[in-house]
Amino acid sequence: MRAAALLLAALLAGLTAACGLAKGSGPDMGVILAEAPAEKFSGYGLFSDIAGAAPAAGVVPYDLVNPLFSDHAGKHRLVFVPGGRMAAYAGNDVFAFPVGTVLVKTFAFAPDMRAPDAGAYRVETRLLIHKESGWAAYPYIWNADGTEAVYAPVGGKRTIQTISPAGAPITINYAVPNQNQCKTCHQAGDALAPIGPKARNLNHHAQLEDWVVRGVLDRLPSGAPAAPAVYDVSLPVEARARAWLDINCAHCHKPDGSASNSGLVLAATETDPVKIGIGKHPVAAGRGAGTLFQVIVPGAPDRSILAYRMASTEPGVAMPELGRSVPDPEGLALVREWIAEMEPR
Amino acid sequence: MKLPRAALAISLAVMLAACSQETVQSSPPGLAGLPPPLSAEGDFGATLQGALITARPGDTIVMPEGTFALADPLSLDVDGVTLRGAGQGVTVLDFAQQSGAGEGLLVTSNDVTLMNFTVRDTKGDGIKSKGADRITYRFLTVEWSGEPDKTNGAYGVYPVESSDVLVENVTVRGASDAGIYVGQSSNIIVRNSVVEFNVAGIEIENSTGADVYGNIARNNTGGILVFDLPDLPVSGGNATRIYANQILANNTRNFAPAGNIVAGVPSGTGVIIMANRNVHVFDNAFENNRSAHVLITAYSLPFTDAAYNPLPRDVVIRGNTYSGGGDDPQGILTPFAEALGGTLPPIVWDGVSTWPGATGAQAVNLTIAEAPEVGFLNFGIPSYPLDPAALAPSPDRPASTPPAEPAAIVLAHVKE
Repeated sequence: MRAAALLLAALLAGLTAACGLAKGSGPDMGVILAEAPAEKFSGYGLFSDIAGAAPAAGVVPYDLVNPLFSDHAGKHRLVFVPGGRMAAYAGNDVFAFPVGTVLVKTFAFAPDMRAPDAGAYRVETRLLIHKESGWAAYPYIWNADGTEAVYAPVGGKRTIQTISPAGAPITINYAVPNQNQCKTCHQAGDALAPIGPKARNLNHHAQLEDWVVRGVLDRLPSGAPAAPAVYDVSLPVEARARAWLDINCAHCHKPDGSASNSGLVLAATETDPVKIGIGKHPVAAGRGAGTLFQVIVPGAPDRSILAYRMASTEPGVAMPELGRSVPDPEGLALVREWIAEMEPR
Repeated sequence: MKLPRAALAISLAVMLAACSQETVQSSPPGLAGLPPPLSAEGDFGATLQGALITARPGDTIVMPEGTFALADPLSLDVDGVTLRGAGQGVTVLDFAQQSGAGEGLLVTSNDVTLMNFTVRDTKGDGIKSKGADRITYRFLTVEWSGEPDKTNGAYGVYPVESSDVLVENVTVRGASDAGIYVGQSSNIIVRNSVVEFNVAGIEIENSTGADVYGNIARNNTGGILVFDLPDLPVSGGNATRIYANQILANNTRNFAPAGNIVAGVPSGTGVIIMANRNVHVFDNAFENNRSAHVLITAYSLPFTDAAYNPLPRDVVIRGNTYSGGGDDPQGILTPFAEALGGTLPPIVWDGVSTWPGATGAQAVNLTIAEAPEVGFLNFGIPSYPLDPAALAPSPDRPASTPPAEPAAIVLAHVKE
């Protein structure tokens, strides 16, 4: 399998080079599949106009039904699947993307996040590249001019001053994760895997139909799952809260994730009340549990460890433990509402 | 007895340090033949994390002498790497100003050795290794400064979901849960280490096959705990031997955050065996544990895990020495002791033999093979909750069929 994939990738690399899509005019398969990451983000050729953030031909913007909360950052996602190949549809799992696929996620802020496009500037871009040996994750940090990003394996820090979407001035001690921290969230057993690009997360405003038309995705069965939109108030609170937990927590809180040993499983597909946290005692939470006794106490968000940790900004208490330095006020309110609605026991 | 507890604990610690330090800690190996240490100049945290990311399997990363203030947690995900400092207390990674994730160092790769350094004042756990098989923790110190406090991190040394785990010549102080905690793992040795001023000194939980020997567990709330908990991916903990340890004056107040399982550990317990199977406690020296030297108990909280058995089973207590203790039972034991005249004997069993969801009494098979003068008490409480009103105490040692002792643990990565 691997030898065949290697051969195919080599062929593709040759083809794309022959078709004039080599460095400077489109994604560079040599750089994408190289063992080591490119020092400069521009080396991948993912943008036709890197300063203007215009993607190169074949690099497709996409978004998720529910994004992970990352300190209010605006996120801009791109997918590149090598020409002639397609991701294979999967019902509940991440699509099976071919070798050479690049998933690009850029984190940006604006002076006022109520208008996130006005004066936006890029802070970091994270790459997930499907190499011959599996997925690899690489962080890049943008320069002050927004003209180039540099490989930053140990991550970095940046202080962001902005106005939150709710209109409050906030200072964010933004942390760009290091390369190992990428794996903390992207762990799937012993391997690393994308989180977002599943049918249920992508299936809105005809996005998947578009992927099929563009040849990014092989097929789209009718009745493909779609996640409830977290902030669509016409939907039931429980479905929305579970959707929030799914996208913000379940990448670690799943049976083969970084938090597997907790026994707390927050995927939207989990049905066992104890695994979701209802009446569940903490195991290794330490002071993360505060002085509370159960992950979720039905009817009592103030007595639920889940809400306590979502509200915290303290290292060792705050959850998720990576990727945020301020709470998600709307997510917290939603999860609290869900717990409050539960029938007390 | 009316000395302030802190003063008592400190004077005991000093006395014990004077008499027992030499017996456990020998000198760490020298530094010949190693690569040069990392530069101590500039941002050491970034230098070290960079080295941990770019390491190749088989590499040794050497940290220089010095105390380094680290703002971010560290992580290692490369197999076969050795991370070593210049000695415990000589290379110190100080996390007092930490932001971001909880632990100080997280290891997620196999065949890793960590040695000769100190981790101090992490916000969460000290050193955690998850899914990290054949790991060695050696000549390490993990500590939280100041008085024992519930805001200290939970675990000092924390291997979890791993097979073949060696923890030796490690010192842990101040953990608000367990100093050395091995969870959901198999094939484990914890030896020749010192744990003090933690809530639990050493805890083996939901794990199979552990030898815990040659350690000093002193001035913790509880010395050595062997637990099995429900509703976890790995349970059915069994086959642990606790032997040749010094388990001394574990009388520190319980400073665990209230919701934690160990918050229920009575101050002054030497060994607690809860809901685990095939546990052998022998040749240990117990001294001055004020509640009870050995407590054998069921898991008493409600649970839904149908496969879970909350009783201790196939437990052997033999050949230990007992001195002092049992004179001031604490926590959940207080009302029982009051009903029994104020003190407890060295070995106490709750007597629980059934639980909601079980059909009738289940076998516990508890073997007390101590000299006749060693006191034993069965509270005689048939099922939880542990209600003092249900007390039906008996000093009679139960009839039993002693289970075969597990063979000595042989680790895949350690040549003895």
